[in-house]
Amino acid sequence: MTNHPTSTVPAFATREERIAALHDALRERILVLDGSWGVLIQGYGLTEADYRGERFKDWPSDLKGNNDLLVLTRPDIVSGIHRAYLEAGADITSTNTFSSTTIAQADYGMESLAYELNREGARLGREVADEFTAAEPNKPRWVAGSIGPTNRTASISPDANDPGARGVTFDELRVAYADAARGLIDGGADILLVETIFDTLNAKAAIFAIDEVFEERGYTLPIIISGSVVDLSGRNLSGQTVEAFWNSMRHAKPLAIGLNCSLGPSQMREYVAELSRVADAGVSAYPNAGLPNEFGGYDETPEDMATKMGEWARSGLVNIVGGCCGTKPPHIAAIAEAMRGVSPRVPPHIEPRLRLAGMEPFEVAR
Amino acid sequence: MTSDALEGATQPTAIFVNIGERTNVAGSARFRRLILGGDYDTALEIARQQVEAGAQIIDINMDEGMLDAEAAMVRFLNLVAAEPDISRVPIMIDSSKWSVIEAGLKCVQGKAIVNSISLKEGEEEFLHRARLVRRYGAAVVVMAFDEDGQAETAERKFAICERSYRLLVDTIGFPAEDIIFDPNIFAVATGIEEHNDYAVAFMDAARMIKARLPYAHISGGVSNVSFSFRGNDAVREAMHAVFLYHAIQAGMDMGIVNAGQLPVYEEIPEDLRVRCEDVILNRRPDATERLLAIADEYRGGGQQAAAPDLRWREGTPAERITHGLVNGIDEFIVDDTEEIRHLVAHPLEVIEGPLMDGMGVVGDLFGAGKMFLPQVVKSARVMKKAVAHLLPFIEALKAEGASRSNGKIVLATVKGDVHDIGKNIVGVVLQCNNYEVIDLGVMVPAARIIATALEEHADVIGLSGLITPSLEEMAYFASEIERQGFKTPLLIGGATTSRAHTAVKIAPNYSGPVVYVQDASRAVGVVSRLLSATQSDDFAAEVRAEYDDIRTAHQARTDAADRYPIVEARAHPAPITWTGDYTPPRPIVPGITVFEDYPLDELVPYLDWTPFFQTWELQGTYPKILTDPVVGESARGVFEDAQKMLRTMIDERWVRARGVIGLWPANSVGDDIEVYADDERREVQAVVHTLRQQTGRDRGRAENYALSDYIAPRASETPDWLGGFAVTAGIGVEDRVAAFEAVHDDYSSIMVKSLADRLAEAFAERIHERVRREFWGYAPDEALENDALIAERYRGIRPAPGYPACPDHTEKRTLFDLLHAEPNAGIELTESFAMTPGAAVSGFYFSHPAARYFGVGRIERDQVEDYARRKGWTLDEAERWLAPNLNYDRKR
Repeated sequence: MTNHPTSTVPAFATREERIAALHDALRERILVLDGSWGVLIQGYGLTEADYRGERFKDWPSDLKGNNDLLVLTRPDIVSGIHRAYLEAGADITSTNTFSSTTIAQADYGMESLAYELNREGARLGREVADEFTAAEPNKPRWVAGSIGPTNRTASISPDANDPGARGVTFDELRVAYADAARGLIDGGADILLVETIFDTLNAKAAIFAIDEVFEERGYTLPIIISGSVVDLSGRNLSGQTVEAFWNSMRHAKPLAIGLNCSLGPSQMREYVAELSRVADAGVSAYPNAGLPNEFGGYDETPEDMATKMGEWARSGLVNIVGGCCGTKPPHIAAIAEAMRGVSPRVPPHIEPRLRLAGMEPFEVAR
Repeated sequence: MTSDALEGATQPTAIFVNIGERTNVAGSARFRRLILGGDYDTALEIARQQVEAGAQIIDINMDEGMLDAEAAMVRFLNLVAAEPDISRVPIMIDSSKWSVIEAGLKCVQGKAIVNSISLKEGEEEFLHRARLVRRYGAAVVVMAFDEDGQAETAERKFAICERSYRLLVDTIGFPAEDIIFDPNIFAVATGIEEHNDYAVAFMDAARMIKARLPYAHISGGVSNVSFSFRGNDAVREAMHAVFLYHAIQAGMDMGIVNAGQLPVYEEIPEDLRVRCEDVILNRRPDATERLLAIADEYRGGGQQAAAPDLRWREGTPAERITHGLVNGIDEFIVDDTEEIRHLVAHPLEVIEGPLMDGMGVVGDLFGAGKMFLPQVVKSARVMKKAVAHLLPFIEALKAEGASRSNGKIVLATVKGDVHDIGKNIVGVVLQCNNYEVIDLGVMVPAARIIATALEEHADVIGLSGLITPSLEEMAYFASEIERQGFKTPLLIGGATTSRAHTAVKIAPNYSGPVVYVQDASRAVGVVSRLLSATQSDDFAAEVRAEYDDIRTAHQARTDAADRYPIVEARAHPAPITWTGDYTPPRPIVPGITVFEDYPLDELVPYLDWTPFFQTWELQGTYPKILTDPVVGESARGVFEDAQKMLRTMIDERWVRARGVIGLWPANSVGDDIEVYADDERREVQAVVHTLRQQTGRDRGRAENYALSDYIAPRASETPDWLGGFAVTAGIGVEDRVAAFEAVHDDYSSIMVKSLADRLAEAFAERIHERVRREFWGYAPDEALENDALIAERYRGIRPAPGYPACPDHTEKRTLFDLLHAEPNAGIELTESFAMTPGAAVSGFYFSHPAARYFGVGRIERDQVEDYARRKGWTLDEAERWLAPNLNYDRKR
């Protein structure tokens, strides 16, 4: 399907064809995802009025900083960023919907817009991706519907005095994620990208919701699950190691499992290698442009990142790469160049075993 | 001895997973009281103690009439999530109410186990719940319960489990490995005759499940079995220990049990044990009466006995230490240790002597399934206490002798490789020479070695590897430390490494010193020179010059165009004609044959001892080596110890031998061998790829062999067959090695590994003989002595992937798939295609009388490109896997 009037001969007319082409492409090469959205949006120096547009000019709360809202109020900027990353050579562009859940939008009182934000976000991505695919049919582009972690955690207490308290429940998350997934699917996303997972239980709720939506629709989309190792202890915020995280996510049968944010390529390599060893799915990785400097900015140059990630690729660790905080189109262009001609990782054959997890993995011998 | 090493070594690879049962309101009166009283903090302590005591999973159950079970489950799980000491282990969510289970599933981030679902309410409800379990990402316990009730006989237990399995696996694609059957443990010795067979029925059902429902696990609540002896904990605990001992052998691999409270099977008074066994195994009609008759003698005994039996205090100090270690009693250990310390010259001898002996007993009992992890953890703690007592004395002596470490060395077997005997020997030798050795073990990723080297300020890094892909990993490691600006000397060792490889492939990647160490005896010399203030620069320069020469010579050889192009090489294959009257023999037993638990005694006569001595760096041929004037005495010593340990390994079943062979219809197509699904030879089941020699052009030698030459070409329309095998004698070795390493008994640990290696080779030899005589049967009358076997004076060969005739390790994957070697022989492949357990052998069988072993040697790019096409690889992949055989330098 396409809503795009100008691409009269889209290379891949249907969702099924696009997904089939995605699977083919992953066997042939390492695919490149886009980079940071926040840093580019910041570059536009938008005002409160830009965020509000005509539609929300009387909205009771401040809206500046609600970046996802731009899919409704400044679609030109959103399309421009999609275009910038696809021009840089990205195969997959992610939607500007990281915070478009009812839970995250509650900060602005915009819960009721969640579905629409996701649908419009995906539609803009679809439009630009189809434009590029039509222009260059031998390099098809895909749209990954971004589903962020929300700003609440299901397995960590917000109250220092009561470790048993929770700021959000599994069911609340499930409802919110289902809403987001429906919007992204209806807007034309090819992939659902559950990203920046700090708390594995949030991600489990997301997967649960997505599976329900798939059942409701009668078809499935590939899922990419991307966790975030928060520091050099090698664990996410809810305390799981990388292997425990994989054991807890494997039932989603993802297209790829991976890591993003928090770390730069140097610090992330070890954990990507670990996933690459244990996971019989694709492996994705999109690190930050290094660790934050004393001003909270990111310094790693496109060349630095491309050199380091090129080594990952040659070492057979990855199937999908891109950038997170601090990365811009030149980073993606350099990374794409470094991936050129390098064979993608071949997922290992993993013997079936009962593999459980607490914060740490536990494998039962046969 | 560090306490961390001790603790670490006792944690992994138990044969039985124990699930903590104390956080169950139905099973623990104390936990119920705490939860009902709202004292969750103390209730959490119970969970914490269970994990500390060795529970690998904790079962949580809130089914109690007075309780809002859903709310209690949620509250408790949320609190557990905040305690990393507890929530590091997986959770088992236990309830008879589905709503409670679902509430629990919404609180756990990890992969949990649901306990339980069953067919009790029909197929529809069963599948509905199973789908939800899957959606929540959990594993599941399935009770042997259906619409007609709980199964009591073995047949019905199995029938329900099988029906459940088929529904789960076939109907909704539930992963078989995530299914855990609970075939119901009911009380025996109740006075009702029909109940007497309940334990036996459980075990029989367990055996059938293990045999017929692949990947499924078996669990159960053990305490039910002794229900009729409530109030008599001593008898109950003895019954549990006896039940577990037998049920584990039947295939039970996890259980809800308070393992910390179990007596050690061996330590149960014999009279009580035998009578318990009669009851559990239903061995005589009067078993219940006989157990009842003596039950009162033990009443009030058990682990919680008010007045413990202290008769064991009358033994010798060494006996007391062993008793203390085995039974986890730390009360007297310091006194006993102190007593022995006064009897020996050096406090270290207390550790090396009585303490290690005691831990040896613990290790034996553990390996035999007679002790369980929590008990071993207790033993380790007792050991730690003893060692802690001795350490100040050891330190004091060290200070007197002012012996300081000569340097710090980080050792590791590289990623993808599991072989470590040689590395361990190097470690021991260096330690004996007062170097501090940090041994990171096997399969260690480069990043971890580098991080450790940085943190510990290592003076030297040593890498070891036995399989060829490790060579690439070492080259990569060298480039990594170069990238990160290291200058630390790098030592390279292990069976596949060589001076030439080190010089040509590794040294150029690193500007610091890189030195090949041929064997352990040279390690000390090399390290001391590298770290010497006066000699190190000269030595490094010397080595560098030597390697430069080797590289130059290698380059010269590479340039000499002595290789035939592959197309030409194919024109002179092994001289075999298929048109004459030779008919390839048809196997008598085609297809796959599995050897579940091969008798080790049968393998002893097939042992080839010469390589055993090589492991110990004693050069010479067996048996002559025993009388060798130089090494004879050492050889005899190690040989004697080996005989003793071998006997023990066999008698006490330390290791198990498993194997699988296959004989399949096959024909060659070019340099490939097609393996067919059946005798019709239409469906290709797998393709075995072989490499061809390209050598000899400079010498005008026109014989270029490939293994495919030994199989009749498809075009000849001659039916032929290919065989394959994978055998191991290493099942159980890891537990044994862990036990030895826990007590720093490197000698025994190396001994047990090298013997397991030898047994595996002997197994391969024995099975090959049986293949020739029985299974393929082309040499039914062959009768050769062992030395003739070792000299390979028989018809047919068994080349192994990764060895000279077929140097591509990845062909092992094809072989393993054909054999289903993972489930059939218990052997796994690492990412670099090393076999684990390490004591394993695999290969192909060729039956042709002209089949000989040969080395493919170095090959040219034209063949690598051709091979890559055939394997569906990129050129880069092919060059990576064939790196040691390339006759040219790869572009990196």
